[in-house]
Order: sequence, then C-alpha cells, then structure tokens
Amino acid sequence: MTVLVYAEHNNHELKAETHKLVNAAAKMGDDVHVLVAGSNCADVATQASQIEGVTQVLVADNAVYEHQLAENIAELVHSMAGDYSHVVAAATTTGKNFMPRVAALLDVVQLSDVIAVESADTFVRPIYAGNAIATVQSSDAIKVITVRASAFDAAATSNSAPISAVDSVFANNLSEFVSEEVTKSDRPELTAANIIISGGRGMQDGEHFAMLETIADKLGAAVGASRAAVDAGFVPNDMQVGQTGKIVAPQLYIAVGISGAIQHLAGMKDSKVIVAINKDPEAPIFQVADYGLVADLFEALPELEAGL
Amino acid sequence: MKVLVTVKRVIDYNVKIRVKPDGSDVDLTNVKMAVNPFCEIAVEEAVRLKEKGIASEIVVVSVGASEAQEQLRTALALGADRAILVESTANTESLNVAKLLAKVVEQEQPSLVIMGKQAIDSDNNQTGQMLAALCDMPQATFASEVSVADNSVTVTREIDGGLQTLSLQLPAIVTTDLRLNEPRYASLPNIMKAKRKPLATVTPDELGVTLSAHTQLLGVNPPSQRSAGVKVKSVAELVDKLKNEAKVI
Repeated sequence: MTVLVYAEHNNHELKAETHKLVNAAAKMGDDVHVLVAGSNCADVATQASQIEGVTQVLVADNAVYEHQLAENIAELVHSMAGDYSHVVAAATTTGKNFMPRVAALLDVVQLSDVIAVESADTFVRPIYAGNAIATVQSSDAIKVITVRASAFDAAATSNSAPISAVDSVFANNLSEFVSEEVTKSDRPELTAANIIISGGRGMQDGEHFAMLETIADKLGAAVGASRAAVDAGFVPNDMQVGQTGKIVAPQLYIAVGISGAIQHLAGMKDSKVIVAINKDPEAPIFQVADYGLVADLFEALPELEAGL
Repeated sequence: MKVLVTVKRVIDYNVKIRVKPDGSDVDLTNVKMAVNPFCEIAVEEAVRLKEKGIASEIVVVSVGASEAQEQLRTALALGADRAILVESTANTESLNVAKLLAKVVEQEQPSLVIMGKQAIDSDNNQTGQMLAALCDMPQATFASEVSVADNSVTVTREIDGGLQTLSLQLPAIVTTDLRLNEPRYASLPNIMKAKRKPLATVTPDELGVTLSAHTQLLGVNPPSQRSAGVKVKSVAELVDKLKNEAKVI
C-alpha cells in the first residue's frame, strides 16, 4: 500500500500543509511518495525530501505545470495513480480544484476534507458545515482523498528521501493562465498560524482592522475575518474563516466583533482556546468561547494591546 | 448561447441540523429545504448573462427526489427558461450526479455550464470538477467574476493566496463562489409565470446511466461539544487567564 501525496507549493517554497498531509498519509499506507508538480521547483523537491516518513519524491518539472491548472495536473496525477492505493492532496483551493477531476478520470468517488483516518478504507469527514461528523467507508480500488490539514500534526523534517524525475508532459489547450493577484502579508499564513485574531462586522470598517494588526504583530498572529467583514469590503476574501473560507485550528483564536454564525464556527471551532470579544452578551460565539469578554471592542482592543 | 445551470435541493442554511439518535444519518424530516446558496448564485449569473444578451436560453437541471421540482420552479421564477429534473434518490454520490449531468450536457450541448462550488449539506466541492472531467471541458472553480467573449470565458477565481484569472475555451464549466453576485428575489408575478414554464422529468435509466455505490456511510455523529467557558470581567483578567491559565500567549 503506497500513498501518493500531492505537494502544496508555490514553485519556490513547500507549504506547511504538505508536512501534515504526510502524517495523514502515513496512517493510510506504509510507503509515502510525494509528487511535486510545477515549474523550476527543484527547491520544493528538496524540501519535500526532508519530511520524515517520505520514501520517494517525484518531480514533474515543466513549464506547463507552472500554475498547476486543473486540466493538465489532473491528467498527470491520473497517469500515475495506477501504482498507488491512495492519492492524497490538501483541501486547499489547489487540491479542491484538481482532485475531483482525478477521481472522475479514475471512475472513483472522492472523499473531501478528511479529518481522521480510521483505517486504510475508512475515513471521517465533517458534513453540514461541521454540525455532523460522518464516517465513510470507500470500496474504490484507489482512494482519492483531500485532507483537512489543520486536523493533523506536521511530520518532522530530518529525512533525505530519494528524488526522481517524472517526464510525462500533459499540455493543456483548453485553459490558459492570465494573471494572479496575490495578497501580500508579512504575518503567518492563516492556516498555519498558532494564533489568529479575527474581526467581523462589528469592526465597522476596513481601517479599524489596523487595531487587530498591531495586536497580531505583538502576538506573532495571523489576521482573519468573518464573511460579513469580507462582504462589507473591509478586507480581502482570502482572509475569510468559515465553511466557505479557510478552516483553521490554531492554539488561540480571538474573535472580535463576530456574532458566531454556524458558517463561521465551521471554520474555527476546533481551535484549542477561543476568546470572544463582543458587546452583545447573547451572541452565539459565547457558547463556544473558552473566555468571553462582553465589551465594546473599540475600548477593549487598545487595552488588550497595551496589556500584552 | 445556451447556458446550463444546476441546482440542488438542500436543507435551508439557517437550520440547525440534528443527528438522528441512532447515529445513522442527519434527521431531515419536517426540516425546511431550499435551493443551495451557491446554486442561487449560479442561477443569478446565468440570468445576468441573458440580460446582457449573451445567453439566449437558460436550462436549469436538478438531480434528486420529485420534491426538487420546487427548487427548479424557484430557478424558473428567477429567470431560467426551462427545467429538467433527473429523478433519482439512490446513490446520489457526486460521481453519480456528475455522470447523470454529463448525459444531460451531451443532449443539451450548452456553451457554458454554471454550478455552485459546493452544496452545504455534503460539503463535497466535487461535482463541477467531475462533470468537467467527464465532458473533457475546461473548468474554472470558485469564480468571483465571469466575462464571456466570442469563444472563451475569462474567470477570476478566489484562491488561497488571493485571486487568479484564467481564460477558458467554450464549452466550459464554471463553479460559483459567494462573491460572484448577489442573487435576486423572485417576484410574485414571476413565481406565477414560472408555474407555466416547461419542466421535464427523466430517470437515470432513460439517460442510460447505471448508478453504483462507491462508498458506504457507516455512521453520523454530532461533533464533540466544547465545554462551557467563562466570562471575564476585564481585559486585564483576560490577558492574565491567557497567560497563566490557558498558557497560550
């Protein structure tokens, strides 16, 4: 039983999710191979080879894979999948994009957003915005799985697995990359951060998010947001935590001016410690918060900053 | 050009769901059902394309029980021209739904298929991508902006680091993200008119698709509950608890 893990990266740097995927993959099979598909991605392959538990790194390094478009990445992974019992990718926008395509090409079902591995064919995944947890057994010969990285610990990095090249090239004439607009931030990535401070509609406008940012910088935290804050245009959508945004599970999650709708809780209720700051004592967020402070955030935040 | 839109009947997103006491599934008896929110956005986008003179006909499709006719009527009231219900309650795994939809696509030959990015019940986020693979069409998932030119569609996608823009050759499949548009409400006259719009029903057999089960649901449990927390009186007390009790800062 060999598991193929699709490495999450940006052609220069391996993303932290991959270390967690390897840990999840080790629960499914004995051998873990990592596929790095991209362009000029030799550094990523080296980083992948250092992850504990990886027995082989495969590198498909070609200009056609630069933007990891679903059409040709799915063909590439499909062409390799026959040698594996499981094909695993992170439940990020990259993994969610191409993996169902791989599953359909293989004529198998995909298991999305897996949070626990019971056995090689039985997996646990949340449904209904995390309000129910389903245990599902797959009868497919090849299991195609996306993993919720935040549900697994990261594997250590003290390895030097062999690296070999994959020469198959699947060109794609159906879709074309036009441009990309990447949000710049010096803070840790939301999905990898140990501490997250998030703002909601209660922040009132985008400028007030600066108050969260100064606290985030003191704590080494990432800044998140609720859908209400994103829809109101306070902050960009990639900061959204929730069922339709990012799913996070940091050590500490501070929700400021967030009521705690079902869809937001789906994205953060597995955090170790939850703090809620809200002036409405009836806000549902207090039902999941370990520490709740009923206060006006515009008074509490400067005090919090001073107190750290 | 013809646009095909899919809608799914799901539990209303405001309903707090309950797991059946025997742990076999979620309890859906007497629960309010609605159009999946992402599908509403897909319908809205198709209607806007028609209003711009780009789309000539909007066909809306659902796979599910006969009750899903209600959701198809809703889509017709919002501006779709006709509806197709693929009546099937067994094995509604995403792969099977994609196979049924692929047959409908083959028959209808749309230039563009617009779907929601995920259904809020199974939270799979798969069917659009699977349909694209089965029809060998390009895909643009998580769309927040769509513009159609002669033979291509340019789509801005919401990705983890920000936004990405792709250009796809038509026919293509686009799945909607929340920020693509703000769906309209159906007006009463349009709800009345929708009752007279054509709604065809087909079965998987008629489409020549054999559905097989790939997974078995072993059980459904409620998520583990968080233990009740405490309310602190001041910021100073909060900082103290985080430092000395929870030891997280």
